[in-house]
Amino acid sequence: MKRRGFPIELALAALIVVLAILSLAVGPAGLSPRAAIAGLFSGDGPAGIIVRDIRLPRTLLAALIGATLGLSGAALQGLLRNPLAEPALFGAPQAAAAAAALVIAFGFAPVTSFAVPVAAILGATLSIAALVAVAGRRASLTVTLLAGLALASFAGAATALILNLAPNPFIALEIAFWLLGSLEDRSRDHLVIAAPFMLASWIVLATQARAFRALTLGEDAAASLGIDVARTRMLVVIGVAVGVGAAVAVAGAVGFVGLVAPHLVRRASGSDPARLVLPSALAGAALVLAADIAVRLGPSAVEIKLGVVTALIGVPIFLSMIFRERRLLEEGAS
Amino acid sequence: MSALAAKNVTVRLGAREIVRDASLTLNAGELVALVGPNGAGKTTLMRALAGLIPADGAIALDGHPLSSLKARERARAIAYLPQGHVFHWPMSVAAIVMLGRAPHADTFSSTTPDDRAAVARALAMTETEAFADRAVTTLSGGERARVALARALATQAPVLLADEPTAALDPRHQLTVMELLRQAARGGGAVLAIMHDLTLAARFADRVAVVDHGAIVADGDPAAAMSHERLAAVFGIESATVEIDNKRVPIAGRAI
Repeated sequence: MKRRGFPIELALAALIVVLAILSLAVGPAGLSPRAAIAGLFSGDGPAGIIVRDIRLPRTLLAALIGATLGLSGAALQGLLRNPLAEPALFGAPQAAAAAAALVIAFGFAPVTSFAVPVAAILGATLSIAALVAVAGRRASLTVTLLAGLALASFAGAATALILNLAPNPFIALEIAFWLLGSLEDRSRDHLVIAAPFMLASWIVLATQARAFRALTLGEDAAASLGIDVARTRMLVVIGVAVGVGAAVAVAGAVGFVGLVAPHLVRRASGSDPARLVLPSALAGAALVLAADIAVRLGPSAVEIKLGVVTALIGVPIFLSMIFRERRLLEEGAS
Repeated sequence: MSALAAKNVTVRLGAREIVRDASLTLNAGELVALVGPNGAGKTTLMRALAGLIPADGAIALDGHPLSSLKARERARAIAYLPQGHVFHWPMSVAAIVMLGRAPHADTFSSTTPDDRAAVARALAMTETEAFADRAVTTLSGGERARVALARALATQAPVLLADEPTAALDPRHQLTVMELLRQAARGGGAVLAIMHDLTLAARFADRVAVVDHGAIVADGDPAAAMSHERLAAVFGIESATVEIDNKRVPIAGRAI
């Protein structure tokens, strides 16, 4: 099996570096990339404070969240053998958001405590576990998508109920904005809360890469090759839930990265679901960094929400993929 | 000692008994055909023999209980080719066949010269070298079937369990696949193949086991196991006998 051409991992890593520098430079106080780099390393003067204290956490969060979502998408697709699998279509961020909103709305915990990501992770676990259970052994495309739709709707209704019943209208408004997904005003505290969970999810999901490759032959053949499919299923559910839950806890619902990132790098990875894992994470990081730069470049006084941008990019790609897969869907096969 | 021995195996899925008290031995150097009507329990029996589903009774690999083996030890000893020849991603044929080496790989190593040699051999045996670089999803049904078999052969396991390896193949490739399975057996392997073509089964198998309603109702020499009376009782068909290569083989006549 030969690898051709320039390694996509290197190209993506270079892209991430460029985007990260841009992300440090862009904002209300415009800095040149050179000034941003100088501020980052020297830490002197206003540029240093802006870059290190205000923009660096945001840039790092964008990269970490993007990588987590890209990796989660690749892992779910590998497990379910389905290029349309994506955490958001299965209601994982919605469920995470509902659980986190519950904690915030009723004042169980302040927004920057560990209770929020833990609640979000629990919410995401419930929705993904339910999905994997419904999709079952054959993981039919139609059943999976319908189950995801139902779960996402249910989580959305739960969130609406929480907003309805929120004791304080200001909190309700704050939650409503947070649900749209944003990295505005995120601080080092957010980074500290979310990063350990995201790193843990990377480790868990990356260990399953070989299982994803074997699963291309179906669950029985993968099992006959020595893969513990039930264990893989459980670890993917946990890994995705922990990663997506943590991402949602600090940034709200940022959807479709898990769909788009693997899609962009699939061909370059020879459609090998194991080789897809790292490029997907890198592509996800680049996507969210780019989207988070884009929201700050908008002409309006208020930032566009990050989750809105990723959905505007992601949904057309999703629709075009459905269009290509429609014969499969019509046959009801997988 | 037999390579794989099942004794009084019963498999339940939910409340239903799919396989009842089945005993079957596979010896090294032997190609055994497993025949029976649709829904008789052939695939379930084979999955139990492959260690993929829990079963009551005793299944032993080289005298050791199958359940005592680690998954990867089992995977190195038993290659299993499921029916349907499923490939979910458009991976290259070479990458698919390399999956057969997965049980031999340790966590951090990449492919070894042994792996590459085994893959090259499996591709050559199944005449699939020509499309080694093509995406498996672009192949015809017959080509996919041969790639699936190549993947199972690449493991070079002493036991090969193949569920309908000749389905979807044209007559010529049916013959080449049966020839391959026989070759694998002659090379010291123990091969069990689920077959629907009784004529092919009788021509190539050293033994035929007949499954009906979850039980093995005959096991032995092909001509004896597939007598007219038994085919009538099990399959509900009248059959004729012809002679090919000095072997008496049944041909399905008409439904009773």
